[in-house]
Amino acid sequence: MKFLLNLYLDAADPPGEGFDHEGFLAASGQAGELISAHAFADPSLSTAVRVRGGVVAVADGPYLPTSEHVAGQYVVDCESRERAVELATLLSSGQVCGVEVRPLMDSAGMEM
Amino acid sequence: MSASERLEDLLRELAPQVLGVLLHRYGGFEECEDAVQEALLAAAMQWPAEGVPESPRSWLVTVASRRLIDQVRSEQARRRREATAAVREAPDAGLAPDPGDEGPRDHDDTLTLLFLCCHPALTPASQVALTLRAVGGLTTAEVARAFLMPEATMAPRISRAKQRIKAVGASFEMPSAQERPDRLDAVLHVLYLIFNEGYTASSGPDLHRGELTTEAIRLTRMVHRSLPDDGEVAGLLSLMLLTDARRAARTGPDGALVPLAEQDRNLWDAAMIEEGTALVTASMSASPLGPYQLQAAIAALHVQAPRAADTDWEQIRILYAILTRIAPNPMVTLNHAVAVAMTRGPQAGLELLESLDGDPRLARHHRLHAVRAHLQELAGEYAAARENYRLAALLTTSLPEQRYLRARAGRLER
Repeated sequence: MKFLLNLYLDAADPPGEGFDHEGFLAASGQAGELISAHAFADPSLSTAVRVRGGVVAVADGPYLPTSEHVAGQYVVDCESRERAVELATLLSSGQVCGVEVRPLMDSAGMEM
Repeated sequence: MSASERLEDLLRELAPQVLGVLLHRYGGFEECEDAVQEALLAAAMQWPAEGVPESPRSWLVTVASRRLIDQVRSEQARRRREATAAVREAPDAGLAPDPGDEGPRDHDDTLTLLFLCCHPALTPASQVALTLRAVGGLTTAEVARAFLMPEATMAPRISRAKQRIKAVGASFEMPSAQERPDRLDAVLHVLYLIFNEGYTASSGPDLHRGELTTEAIRLTRMVHRSLPDDGEVAGLLSLMLLTDARRAARTGPDGALVPLAEQDRNLWDAAMIEEGTALVTASMSASPLGPYQLQAAIAALHVQAPRAADTDWEQIRILYAILTRIAPNPMVTLNHAVAVAMTRGPQAGLELLESLDGDPRLARHHRLHAVRAHLQELAGEYAAARENYRLAALLTTSLPEQRYLRARAGRLER
């Protein structure tokens, strides 16, 4: 099963030392579970694009003006949700205020 | 079949045999397996241009042995001071292959190799990947593609599995009589996982993944050839054939899932149905009953009916009741509830479903809600059915299932 791990930071927290994901990268990389990794730029650099009834609205700044925001994400393929949660615990320390473990949709299915 | 497909089939058939010979001569699973992969690659490059050698198997054994020795020498040169060589050469090991050393041992070797690749020290995902590479003769890139994964993810998964086998000291030999039933269960489970991975994806953009069903059937046939009297091996092979026989009918032209009751039965593969039915009939009369045989028998009853309305649900209900007793699990109960609903009315089926409420294994699982919705629809409780179809659609992680469940909910819209 493939899972997205969303790493949340809180802009209200004082800036820290950055991430230490060595443990996570070693564990998921060696086991052949890590599929992709992205670190995001600061949300102030985002542009939100909305199209309503053919009208395009473009605004500088994040889509959601919350203090907590996604700062990066990993995609892993693991045996179970439990294993994905175990990997997430390796990420949720220091600056990271939380990790969202979310399944990805699969293009395969069973007939019912 | 094109010449290149014939060549590929030949190479994949020979892959576990050649690996078996190398393991007998030299030992060292990790190194031997790499050497065989290199030899297969060399054959795939050279044979189309130069022709298939007279004894393809000996050619592969010779080339793989050379690669292995080269590898060991360069390894030794690099780590001269290390006391132990990675590979020990058996005293009588010669490079020249014995002419005609093919035979029944090859079947046993393939089986022994499967036991090794499905070793309990490995996770199921690693067992699957290693089996496809070492026994199936697929390259790492092919295994990765079949699972929609980058090669960079699959390669460490396979090498970690090989290291783990070395670390736990597992060797290339048949498990003891005591261990054997459990180890065979693990092998069958891995073959079943490979089949399912392909079967659920056997249409649309996932065709490469769909080839896994063919591969699972091929490997299960090999095991059946080695263990013709094992009822569960025959049962699994039968289950795969009877399930795959419906492949062409299970998705519509637009890729949408077609439920069993609505499939065009003319599209089912008659030859596979015949073979699968014969296999399960023979094994159930000769061997102790097991879960794969029961599931195959149920699949056989489904495909025997000329129309969905002719399905012998009473027999199916009885088989699910036996399956619930010998291999209880919530998925079996869900199917049992459908069979109960079809024979004793939807309310009886819904009552059986209540036994699953609060089962932690089904928490947040879409299938309980999907089955409940289906039975409520049969009972004429349309509003409740619609809600449960919607809930199931939210919870599934499969796009085609979600599309199907939303369409069912939509049909009940007023």
